[in-house]
Amino acid sequence: MNTGHEIRDAIARHEMTALEAAEMALAAIAATEPRLQAYLQLMPERALARAREIDAAIARGQDVGLLAGVPVAVKDLFCTQGVRTTAGSKILANFVPPYSATVVRRLEAQGAIIVGKTNMDEFAMGSSCENSAFKATHNPWSIEDVPGGSSGGSAATVGARCVPIAFGTDTGGSIREPASFCGIVGVKPTYGRVSRYGIVAFASSLDQAGPMTVDVRDSADALEAIAGYDPMDSTSANVDVPHYAGRLREDLKGVRIGIVSEFDESIAADKAMHALYQRAYEDLRALGAELVTVSLPHAKYGLATYYLIAPAEASSNLARYDGARYGLRVDGPDVFSMFDATRAAGFGPEVKRRVILGTYALSSGYYDAYYVRAQKVRTLMKKDFDEAFERCDVIACPAVSCPPFQLGAKSQDPVAMYLMDYFTIPMSLAGIPAMSVPAGYVDELPVGLQLVAPAFEEGRMLGVAHAYEQATRHAWARTPMVYAGEGDAA
Amino acid sequence: MSKVIGAATDTEAVIGLEAHVELLTQSKMFCGCRNAFGAPPNTLVCPVCLGLPGSLPVANARAVEFLCKAGTALGCTIADYSKFDRKNYFYPDMPKNYQISQYDMPLTTGGEVTLPSGKSVRLTRIHLEEDTGKNVHAGESIARSAYTLVDYNRAGVPLMEIVSEPEISSAAEAEEYLAELKAVMSYIGVSDVKMHEGSLRCDANVSIRPVGSHELGTKVEIKNLNSFRSVGRAIDHEIERMRACLRDGERIVQETRGWDESSGTTHSMRSKELAHDYRYFPDPDLVPLELDRALLSRWRDELPELPAAKRARYVSDFGLSAYDAGVLTGERSDAEFFEAVAAASGNPKQAANWMMGDVRKVLDRAGLTLAEAKGTPAQVGSLIAMVAAGTISGKAAKEVIEPVIVEGRDPGDVVAQRGLAQTSDTGAVAAFVDQAVTANADSVASYKAGKEKAFEFLVGQVMKLSRGKANVEMVRGLLKERLG
Repeated sequence: MNTGHEIRDAIARHEMTALEAAEMALAAIAATEPRLQAYLQLMPERALARAREIDAAIARGQDVGLLAGVPVAVKDLFCTQGVRTTAGSKILANFVPPYSATVVRRLEAQGAIIVGKTNMDEFAMGSSCENSAFKATHNPWSIEDVPGGSSGGSAATVGARCVPIAFGTDTGGSIREPASFCGIVGVKPTYGRVSRYGIVAFASSLDQAGPMTVDVRDSADALEAIAGYDPMDSTSANVDVPHYAGRLREDLKGVRIGIVSEFDESIAADKAMHALYQRAYEDLRALGAELVTVSLPHAKYGLATYYLIAPAEASSNLARYDGARYGLRVDGPDVFSMFDATRAAGFGPEVKRRVILGTYALSSGYYDAYYVRAQKVRTLMKKDFDEAFERCDVIACPAVSCPPFQLGAKSQDPVAMYLMDYFTIPMSLAGIPAMSVPAGYVDELPVGLQLVAPAFEEGRMLGVAHAYEQATRHAWARTPMVYAGEGDAA
Repeated sequence: MSKVIGAATDTEAVIGLEAHVELLTQSKMFCGCRNAFGAPPNTLVCPVCLGLPGSLPVANARAVEFLCKAGTALGCTIADYSKFDRKNYFYPDMPKNYQISQYDMPLTTGGEVTLPSGKSVRLTRIHLEEDTGKNVHAGESIARSAYTLVDYNRAGVPLMEIVSEPEISSAAEAEEYLAELKAVMSYIGVSDVKMHEGSLRCDANVSIRPVGSHELGTKVEIKNLNSFRSVGRAIDHEIERMRACLRDGERIVQETRGWDESSGTTHSMRSKELAHDYRYFPDPDLVPLELDRALLSRWRDELPELPAAKRARYVSDFGLSAYDAGVLTGERSDAEFFEAVAAASGNPKQAANWMMGDVRKVLDRAGLTLAEAKGTPAQVGSLIAMVAAGTISGKAAKEVIEPVIVEGRDPGDVVAQRGLAQTSDTGAVAAFVDQAVTANADSVASYKAGKEKAFEFLVGQVMKLSRGKANVEMVRGLLKERLG
């Protein structure tokens, strides 16, 4: 499978049709899905019909958009009109939304062909995709390992090169960590850059949708396709969307790249990981960047802060799943028993854990000590980044603390799982853009470099990522194991 | 203070009201659905007001404007910075199981409601929130029903909550307060304030304390008050219940009690211990409200003259009694009609008498409101002017007013058609006087002997001779002259 821009350009030059591209994607999915388990639902008829429409439009000479004919997948957190949307939860197992998310509408308007809905941790709560109520997704590079989460299905299907572009959401690292685990590019835009309308909410002040792609160029186009103000989302920013592909760089002359001293210390214990990131920083320097050391003194409070704010918002956002209007209903002797029984049966253990945590954090008498204080730390964290960006243009740092781990290895240890987001949470709390770009392999497994930019400077961040990607070409250095047969990495 | 709590006469009531007023916006508070009463169930709904997964609220700017106008009219301080919070609790009429409301930063604080009696009741705050849907239970309560149906048409309708300080001292005053609030809201056009349709709803916080005490007693919140009358009845009942409690040596418990209209009693709904922890927190789906001062002053300029100002002006400029001023200003359109009549007739006092007297009678008989009547203020004014000018008698005018008000007929035409014009021709009237004096020599003699009653008899005779058309004042004058 080629990249999205290659497919689009080939279709535009009449070298292939959108139908052929869709058929290729569906064939690749059919070949890998038994082992990957990346999808909760495939939409072959709808995809092929849409591809034929695109071909017809091209034949008429119509402008068909930035992603015309490109097969894409979306996380099952995006509402798709008439197509089941489960958020990875039993409680929404039968929910068919009467409307589509703004992201989905924009993708369709740009000619993208949605082939399916990808697996995820229930309500986006998790870092391994194992919290899905339906199934575990496997890592295309190492089939017994997790793909990361919560956007694990999207990461796995792109990592396996089934589709060039998929969409995920990132609340504390749910795009970046699985992107790192699956050897792909994953972008969490600035909070407010992409509309949240129609994305099943986890933590409203943190949730942000973004692209997960094979290469940086596709992320640039895919972000341009979905970004921009939406009157349906009060928190979406009315800031112009640049043509990101025009911001891609070939070198890094004159770019100051900040290396976070605290993160360097955190990763130092793991020699292989530390070496990989040191190598990445040197590669950036070799491209002409000036490396400067920056400090994020409050980053160490990120996890604690995040696990107050996100569960607090989630406890309220998830209150609506009560069986009264849609989704699962478990009857009881009265309406309140019905609520209890429905929620007891419909939510998985991690969701319940966070709802309880968040309910507690918002309770009278604890609110000031927990929620209010967490918001204050969040402000300090924003200040940390503001100060760091006075000294550099883009920050480079680890995306993860380890390569993908085995299925089941951490699923009984919530705190170990929470720690997976250690390097990604501070940017989420600060609301600034961050991405993971392939940085090489540790134990034959992919690892991503995290790049971070000030608010609404996705173009700058993608520019640096592109120069680094083109110089290192890690994503093309190996073939995902899923194509080579089990236990035999190519 | 030597008085002992116990005897009914020793205590006074302290009442605070929480009024919920639905705003008359075109669309709902956080979505584009139409805001209307009485549509078939669940026809005015969308993903947002149904709380579907992924839907997001967007605040209705018009609702903010309406609340700010209401706040300005009541002398409230409008916040520079305000925000929406989530009030979390589970109830099936609430699609999201939280209500978007305002907790610690309401849109307005302070202000007051000036009652017709002259007393001012201060306001704590006014905040903006979304209304809930409506439950229709198959049985008498949600717990004792086989099923409950929910209509979400009302879910998300903009609602402002007006909270008063505990400064109301009786049921009658509470009703007066609500009536004034209703008048102000309807004057500024932000709500249709109909209690029977639920666009004005009220909860009352009631406590009693020893007369002269400045501490507040244990309060009870009464819910389910659906009319002005039930507000008054429930408060009276609750005060009596509390006094009885104290007389019987029982403790008053802080709780929420429901009013039962049919039995005329309140019953306990939940105690303080069972009160909800609403877990308020700022709604992350909405951005804070920062109000432009220029916009606020423009809204202020758009406000009409308010009932209290009108009442004061009627008393000082028109010389009306406070009571009459109160009656005439109840509805803005009625007050404006009256003012136009006053201007057209050149006689505000007479205009007031007519509006409250014969015009009212005619309307009641016809079953019309003033707004539905066809008559114009100019027509009513000209009729009053005709009486003042002596063109017709007051008695005849009472006959003319009906076709004027009900059918919108020109009063001059009615007078002409029915031949009701008075004769003010001195020669003609003098001739009738002569005729009457000549024909009733006995009465003339009686009058001259000091019997005042005979004079009235003679006036009647003159009127009879003129077939009622002689100007009665002129008749009296000429007769007096004639009898010297």
